[in-house]
Amino acid sequence: MKEERYQILKTIIKNYLPEDVSIDAVSQESNFVSELNINSANLVDIVLDVEDEFDIRLENEDMEEMLTVNDALAIIDKKLSA
Amino acid sequence: MNYKHIISQLPYNKPFLFVDTIEQIDTNGVTGGYTFAADADFYNGHFTNNPITPGVLLTECCAQIGLVCLGIYLLQQEKEEFAQVAIGMSSSEMEFLVPVLPNETVRVTSQKTYFRFGKLKCSVKMHNSRGVLVCKGTLSGMIKNQHG
Repeated sequence: MKEERYQILKTIIKNYLPEDVSIDAVSQESNFVSELNINSANLVDIVLDVEDEFDIRLENEDMEEMLTVNDALAIIDKKLSA
Repeated sequence: MNYKHIISQLPYNKPFLFVDTIEQIDTNGVTGGYTFAADADFYNGHFTNNPITPGVLLTECCAQIGLVCLGIYLLQQEKEEFAQVAIGMSSSEMEFLVPVLPNETVRVTSQKTYFRFGKLKCSVKMHNSRGVLVCKGTLSGMIKNQHG
């Protein structure tokens, strides 16, 4: 289940990676901004896609906590079990 | 109603302010106007002996009215203490249909697609004074209230 969510998230992230960052560079520990070079506008796009894909809604505080791929997975977990 | 309290918050000035009026604004969108003054310097070079308003400035006009004015309005709705707007355009996709000549007045209408987590995305249209569609597209930017 967890792995499945990670794969879905990876597919979303892939659409917003800069051209010079390969999907192979993405790990659960990756920091969206400092490691994957995703800008703040694209990070919003990722969140909106996550909302659609998992049918959840994130708040501003969630966004502030979402620094790494793992953080995103934890938020998705939390929202789905709420 | 005039919307001077929004225009006065715009972080632009001559020669790069492309908003004269706001006709209507609410949480879903905005309509505003601008007249491209015939004596603007860029007409000397775009194009040589054939002055036409550059597409980048039509885009800029759409962004200042459609994104920034609307963004300021939305931020003001959210919070009372408004300091200064910080803005960065993050993407633009525009189509240009007819030229805008010196002295023409254009009208920009913008409809909000979403405003979430500081990102405002809008679909914009610009019409000339004859009501002909000049350009249209989608613009997004990051907008926030800059404290201090």
